Amino acid sequence: MELESKVNIQTKSKQKKDWKKWVIHLFPIPALAIYILFIIYPLFAAFSYSLYDWQGIKRGAFIGIENFISLFTTEPFNSMFWNAFQNNIWYFLLEMVVQNGIAFMLAYVIYKKIRFAEFFKVAYFLPRLLSVIIVGFLWKLILNPNFGALNVFLNKIGLESWAKPWLGDPDTALISIILVNSWFGLGFAVLIFLAGLQGIPGDLIEAARLDGATGPKLIRKIILPLMVPSITIMTVLTFIHAFEAFELVYAMEGSMGEPYYSTDTLAVYFYRLAFGGSGGADSVAIGLGSALAVVLFFIIASISALFLLVLRKREVEM
Amino acid sequence: MKQNPAARSFYYVIAFAFASISLYPIVLMIFSSFKTNAEIFKNPLSFPTSFSLETYQKLLDQIPFFTFFWNSVFVSVISVIFILLFGSLASFYIARYTFWWNNLLFFFFLLGMMIPIKLGIVPLFMLMKDLGLINSLWSLVFIYTATGIPLSVLILTGFFRTMPKELEEAARIDGATDIRIFWHVLLPIMRPALGTVMIINFIQSWNDFFFPLIFITEEVKKTIPVGMLSLFGEYSADWGALFAGLTLSSLPMIVLFFIASKQFMEGLTAGAVK
Repeated sequence: MELESKVNIQTKSKQKKDWKKWVIHLFPIPALAIYILFIIYPLFAAFSYSLYDWQGIKRGAFIGIENFISLFTTEPFNSMFWNAFQNNIWYFLLEMVVQNGIAFMLAYVIYKKIRFAEFFKVAYFLPRLLSVIIVGFLWKLILNPNFGALNVFLNKIGLESWAKPWLGDPDTALISIILVNSWFGLGFAVLIFLAGLQGIPGDLIEAARLDGATGPKLIRKIILPLMVPSITIMTVLTFIHAFEAFELVYAMEGSMGEPYYSTDTLAVYFYRLAFGGSGGADSVAIGLGSALAVVLFFIIASISALFLLVLRKREVEM
Repeated sequence: MKQNPAARSFYYVIAFAFASISLYPIVLMIFSSFKTNAEIFKNPLSFPTSFSLETYQKLLDQIPFFTFFWNSVFVSVISVIFILLFGSLASFYIARYTFWWNNLLFFFFLLGMMIPIKLGIVPLFMLMKDLGLINSLWSLVFIYTATGIPLSVLILTGFFRTMPKELEEAARIDGATDIRIFWHVLLPIMRPALGTVMIINFIQSWNDFFFPLIFITEEVKKTIPVGMLSLFGEYSADWGALFAGLTLSSLPMIVLFFIASKQFMEGLTAGAVK
C-alpha cells in the first residue's frame, strides 16, 4: 500500500517534468503553422491547379499538361508569352547595365574615401524607401507628355526635339519603366557593392599597387575578381526582380502593359490570366494562369541556380 | 594614398550628379504638393511661390486618407510583432537545442526565401476566401507574417547561435524554465538582431501593394498603397491633390529613415548579404 502510493507520487512528478520538457516543442509551432498554410500550401496548390480544367473560379476535370500545351501552342497566349518573356529579358539586361553598372561606379567613388560619403549613401538609398506604386505614380506625372517635369525641362533648355510621350510610345515605354526601376533600386545596389569593396583586404590592393597595377588594370585584375560574391548576389537578385516585375508596370502602364503590350511582362500577363484584364477585356483563365505561374517559377529557380553555380566557381579565395 | 586632383574632382561630380537624380524627383513631389494646379502646369520645376495647404485639404476631402493610414499602421505593426515573436520562438528552438530534426527545420524555413510567393496568389486568394478573410486586414497580417518568417529565422537563428551557452546554463541551474530563459535571459540581448528584422519587415509590409490589390476591395479597408490607386483612378486631373497624396504617403517612411538611416540601410542589405 505504502509502496504503491510512493510509486504514484514518483510518476506524478515525472509526468510534470515531462510536460515541462514538451513545452519547448511548442516554440516553433506558430511560425511553422503560418508558414506552411500561407507559403508552402499555396505553392503546391498552384502546381496542382495548373493540371486542371477551370471554368471561371470553379475547378473542373483533371487534364494533365493540356494547359501548358495551350499556353505555348494557341494564339494569342503563345505570342503573348514570348512578347512578355522578351520584355523580361530586356528588363534584366538593362537593369544589369544601367542600375548595376552605375551602382558599381558610385560604390567605387564612395570607396575612394570622398567626403560626405554618408550623405551620398543616404541620397542614393532614399528612393528605395518609397512604395513601388508611389514610385510608379510619381514618375508617371514626371513623364507626362504635356505637363510632366521632364518634357518641360527639355523644352526649357532648348531640347524640344528630345521631348517625347515617354510612356505612350512603344519605342520608349519599356526603357522608361526600366530606368525608373533603376532609379528605385540604385542605392541598394550601391550598398551591396560597397560592402563587397570594403571587404577586400587593404594590403592586397596596396601590394598590387606596389607591383605597378593602377586604375583600370587594378579594377579588372584585383578588385573585380574579389568582388564576385557581391556581383553574384546582385545578378541573382536583379534576375529574380526582373522576372517578377509587376508593380511598376501595373502602376505606369496598367494591367495590359500598354502601349500595345510593349511593356507587358510575364508577371503582368499572369495577373491578367488569373484575375482578368482591366475593363474585363480578358476573361479569367485560372488553368492557363497557374500553368504560366509554374513556368515562371521554374524559369526563376533554374536560372538563379545556374547563376549561382557559374559565378560561385569564379569566386576567388581570399 | 595620394590621388590626382583631377580624378578626385571627377569623383565628386559623378557622386553629386547621381545624388541630385536620386533626390530631385522626391523634392519635386514635395514642392508640387504645395502648388495649385495652375502653378504646377505653368512652372512644374520651380520652387512654390506660396505654401498653401489647400491641396492637402482637397486630398482629405476626396479620399479617407487617415483610414488608409491607420489600416497601414495596423497591418504593419501587428505583422511585425507576429514576425518578431514567432520568428524568435522558432529560432530559439532551432539554435539552442540539438534535436535531430533541427537542421531540417532550419532548411525548410530557408526554402521560403527562394519561393516567389506571388506566383501562388490564386490558391492564396481561394484560401483567404475560405477563411473569410477577403476584405479583412488580417489577410494582409497573415501573408506578411508568413513571408517575413524565413528571413527572420535566418537572421535570428544566426544571432542566437552566437550567444554564450553559459548564460543559459547558469539560468537553468537556478531553475529557470525554457520560457523564462527565452524571454528574460536571451531575448533582451537580442535587440540589434530584432531591430534588423523589425525594419526589414516594417518597410515591406508598409509599402506592399500587390497583396492588398488582390485581397482588399472595400474602400475603408485599404492600406495607403492601394488607396493611392483609387486616388489616381478617380482624380487623375487634380495634380495638386495627387502630389499631396504621394507626399503624405511617403512621408512617414522618409521621416523614419532620417531618424535611423544607418539601421535602415544595414537592415535592408542584411538580408541580401547573409
